Amino acid sequence: MSAAPGTVQEIAAVDRGGSTLRRRLTDQPVIPLLFLLLCLVVLLFVIQPGFLGRPTNWLSSTIRTATPLALLAACQTLVMLTGGIDLSVATIATMSAFVMATQSAAQGDAAAVLLGILVGAGMGLINGIGIGIFRVQPLIMTLGTGLVGAGALTVYQKFVLTAGSSVPDPIAWLGGGTSLGFFPNSLLLFVPVAALIIVGLRRTGYGRMLFAVGDNPVAARLAGVRIWQVLAVLYVISGVLAAVAGIMLAGVTKTAALGSAEGLLLPSVAAAVIGGTSIFGGRGGYAGSIVGALILTVLTSMLTVLSAPQPVRQIIFGAIILAVAAAYARLTASR
Amino acid sequence: MTDLLLDASGITKRYGAVSALRDASLAVRPGEVHALMGANGAGKSTLVKILTGAVRADSGSITIRGTKRVVRSPTDARRAGMMSVYQDPSVIPDLDVADNLRLTGTPVDAFRSWMTALGIPRLDLADYARDLPLPTLRIIDLARALAHEPDILVMDETTAALPADLTERVLEVVGGQRASGRSVIFISHRLIEISALCDRATVLRDGETVGVVDMGTGAEDRIVGLMLGPSEADAQPRTPAPTTAIGTATTDGDARLAVQGLRSGTKLTDVSFKLRAGEVLGVVALEGQGQEELFEVLAGSRRASGGELRVDGQPMSFRHPADAIRAGLVYVPADRLEALLPQRSVRENIALPFSSRMRDWGPIRVGAERRVVDRAIERLQIDTRAQSEVRRLSGGNQQKVTIARWIATGVQTLLCFDPTRGIDIRTKRQIYSLLRELAAAGSAVLLYTSELEEIQLVCDRTIVIFGGRVVDEMPAAVADEPTLLRAAYGLPPGVPMPEELADSALAPVADRVS
Amino acid sequence: MSLASPAAATAPAAPSQLARILRRNGWTITLFVLLACLLVLARVLRSGFGPADIQSLAIGVLPIIFAAAAQTVCVISGGIDLSVGPVMAFTSVTAAALMKGGSEESAVAVVIVVLLLGLAVGAINGLLVVASRVPDIIVTLAMSFVWAGAALLVLSSPGGGAAQWFKDLSNGSFLIEWFPKALLLVLVCVAIVWLPLRRSRLGLSMYAVGSNPIAALRSGVNVNRTKVAAYMVTGLFAAAGGLALTMVTGIGSPVPGAYTLNGVAAIVLGGVSLAGGRGGMLGPIAAAFVLSLIRVNLVFLGVDPAYSTVIQGVILIIVVMVGGLVALRRSRA
Repeated sequence: MSAAPGTVQEIAAVDRGGSTLRRRLTDQPVIPLLFLLLCLVVLLFVIQPGFLGRPTNWLSSTIRTATPLALLAACQTLVMLTGGIDLSVATIATMSAFVMATQSAAQGDAAAVLLGILVGAGMGLINGIGIGIFRVQPLIMTLGTGLVGAGALTVYQKFVLTAGSSVPDPIAWLGGGTSLGFFPNSLLLFVPVAALIIVGLRRTGYGRMLFAVGDNPVAARLAGVRIWQVLAVLYVISGVLAAVAGIMLAGVTKTAALGSAEGLLLPSVAAAVIGGTSIFGGRGGYAGSIVGALILTVLTSMLTVLSAPQPVRQIIFGAIILAVAAAYARLTASR
Repeated sequence: MTDLLLDASGITKRYGAVSALRDASLAVRPGEVHALMGANGAGKSTLVKILTGAVRADSGSITIRGTKRVVRSPTDARRAGMMSVYQDPSVIPDLDVADNLRLTGTPVDAFRSWMTALGIPRLDLADYARDLPLPTLRIIDLARALAHEPDILVMDETTAALPADLTERVLEVVGGQRASGRSVIFISHRLIEISALCDRATVLRDGETVGVVDMGTGAEDRIVGLMLGPSEADAQPRTPAPTTAIGTATTDGDARLAVQGLRSGTKLTDVSFKLRAGEVLGVVALEGQGQEELFEVLAGSRRASGGELRVDGQPMSFRHPADAIRAGLVYVPADRLEALLPQRSVRENIALPFSSRMRDWGPIRVGAERRVVDRAIERLQIDTRAQSEVRRLSGGNQQKVTIARWIATGVQTLLCFDPTRGIDIRTKRQIYSLLRELAAAGSAVLLYTSELEEIQLVCDRTIVIFGGRVVDEMPAAVADEPTLLRAAYGLPPGVPMPEELADSALAPVADRVS
Repeated sequence: MSLASPAAATAPAAPSQLARILRRNGWTITLFVLLACLLVLARVLRSGFGPADIQSLAIGVLPIIFAAAAQTVCVISGGIDLSVGPVMAFTSVTAAALMKGGSEESAVAVVIVVLLLGLAVGAINGLLVVASRVPDIIVTLAMSFVWAGAALLVLSSPGGGAAQWFKDLSNGSFLIEWFPKALLLVLVCVAIVWLPLRRSRLGLSMYAVGSNPIAALRSGVNVNRTKVAAYMVTGLFAAAGGLALTMVTGIGSPVPGAYTLNGVAAIVLGGVSLAGGRGGMLGPIAAAFVLSLIRVNLVFLGVDPAYSTVIQGVILIIVVMVGGLVALRRSRA
């Protein structure tokens, strides 16, 4: 079996030639996912030729709608790489948006945005302490903090009712505006963030640690990794990203209402799953999740165009998540 | 032929590209205790899994009492009159003993009488299985199987890590199965037990049945010969004691690692030794004598409850493996699953410790990392051709990756726990010479091994642990297998082994080594 | 040493038996003591606290208890069902839609049909988990969309009706005025399903699969069949929860309440291990009451009801953190 020593050149050569379709699909799901996205878009144009008249408009609005979802999917992707899940992201997003909107009048726009993000970081820190130090299962911990956050928001609302709320203009511009008539401004924020995450996962020590902790926590610990540090930082990052998502969402909708982001919680998990990130950890990446978020957004608009009733849409949604997850399970199953 | 109780022949099983079984056969007569022998990785456990329905064979036939059977699940196997007892007891931890019996439909009275026969007469059936010690669980598992009166009882390493008195009872009871015409397939690494208990032995090598031996005078010789195979037996390196590093200074000041009265848990009671730079110190112990705990404490993954640990003269107390690593103590566990990231690449696995500390979480310097990793891959001759995921490598290559991780950055003190368990002989030799090279370059190596001949092949000196304390220390030159075994059983040199057959069992092994 | 411990445990029979029962059910007993304290506290805080309040408390807790019971079965056998809330909504609207305009007698058939529907829903969940090899959490997350959609297909907005006798099942008290009928109902329902199941081979198999699937397989348990069966019982309890919703509101609402989350909170507080294999039914029931009573007491204390969600969440977090800490201590010892 074990033959001549493999040199690096050989590795590269064999990797290029010898990998099977199955492995390529699971390691690089972005290409087939992009293809799927393209098919959906074509299908959408066939159903609704009206979009073809103004494709840039359609594209721009799709991107603006997808941005908050893609940001929340970033939270899920990072957390799922370590084998966790963050069910508090939607609540955190709502909290941040709401705090920002209600504080902007009193504190000024910049301070209000900062406050919103601080709220996200704080909630994330609580998650990180519970999960990293007290070893609470992520599902339960984030469920609990989600509950607390939602309750705290209701209480907070009572105090600030009189102050009123307004989304700062720069945020509305960034989240929902376009430049040159078609360029969605949200990309100004999203592209750098996404690039940071994608490159960070591959080319930073911390990115490596996320994969390591998710793939085999025992091995990571034996190699000297203090897992609680990794997790504490991770959930703070997740909280901050959720806060940014909430603020962007407020920019899109121009309002900050209670529960505005709740509907994005399950799609955020779905986007990460479709994107090829394993819920068991150790495998996946953010590029796939972005495409996953786009697929879900296009799918939603397609179902809207078809005037499919809400229930049918939901059922199709669920079926797709399940089918994609099952397909990945088959592909990655070790024989 | 028809008077065979079990006749399995032509069994093959492939896992992907790897053949676990190529042409295995096993024939058991009624009323015999039949040993299944083979080196690690020879296919014993796969064959047992196929017989008991846990795994399905690719081809081959299983005939029980003259009837061809297809065994698809443990339930099928049971219906065919076959019960098995595994190394890890199949008792449900969160159910009490009574419920465990109800789950398998075991008659309680029969179970009780077998428990009595096996030396645990007063078991409280209302105890949760999770609260019982491992030896008791093994006995429960065995008694439960016996209570079903199986025609064929398969025992996979049941006696490993059992206390001596329980082992004796188990052997007695198992031997008694013969009287009622029942048969036992017995798997054990202990030749002493095999020759004391078994009637015949089937030997597997590389997934093939290479011979069936009638036990009796000289049988052990033949078994060992068959297990090693013609080529390997000749190729066995005969360099007795390595000379590279012997003669290093032996003053206390030179001790890289000094352990004094170390205690942890119930198994590690009082261990003291010194490990010097430039030497390979062997650790010999029967299973479960506290050696796991010792290595875990030294690696920082378990807390010591007492005693002193000094590295280069500085007292140390490790709260996390990171502390041990910072002190230069790195650990290669026996179970590769404990050390590897199965879904990540060889490169990432080797580079794992580089960014474990918070201050190293920043950008990776790709070029520098590649150079270091490539050097380690080359030095250990890791065969990385086929796959990028570590889980797709062979066992030997996986083990090399776990060692390469620490070699890459230069190692001060290497703690190896049975690093050659379950890997091929070629890789074993590479690991031996690597350890010697490391010692020659000034590293200190602590090596626990379950294969006693490795002491003379690799080590300068060895300590023997029994009952959680060091009972003997000797230079490798005099540490032949009989001496080591005697010491490992806690016997002073010269006193004969308790089992009357021990000497005859040991003789051939000793011949092979010297 | 290994010989001594089992022998020693058997020595004094009667007292150790009691001690063992106390030790093993320590957490459940603590919960019941806590429950009693909260009831006394409620009485102290508001002298008018009487049978009527107990009744409304029991009615309010009714659906949560069923949600917790459903989740308990699933978690004990090593799964988790995130679709409990939507399934309750689905079965609730089905019951409400079928009962509306129907005769009082036909409502009996409706109850049976809805319970069967719950079994079928559970079977679908379970079969998908087993067949797809996708983690339970993802499958039931996906199915929660599907069942919520199904609920909307049955009724697009709150509506339907319920038979009078059906609504009366949870109204009023039984024998003594302090014992609400709603409590009786839930205890009877859970007991009918759970008590026989717990002692049966299937019930043991569920614990076995949740505790150690490999050992379960070797003990002759059909792991897949057991998992599907556990999901079916989960579906049955969820359907009972849906019926309870229709019973106490008189209509069916297609929008799932927070019953999935409340159910999980109750079982965690009730001592069911999310790792599977450990826990019982009494703990989650007591926990559901405790969580509701805390809210009631806070209201009595004059705390704004808005805080109650916060406090409920904080309690959940503290409980799981303490649980995590205890587990950590044990693993280090």
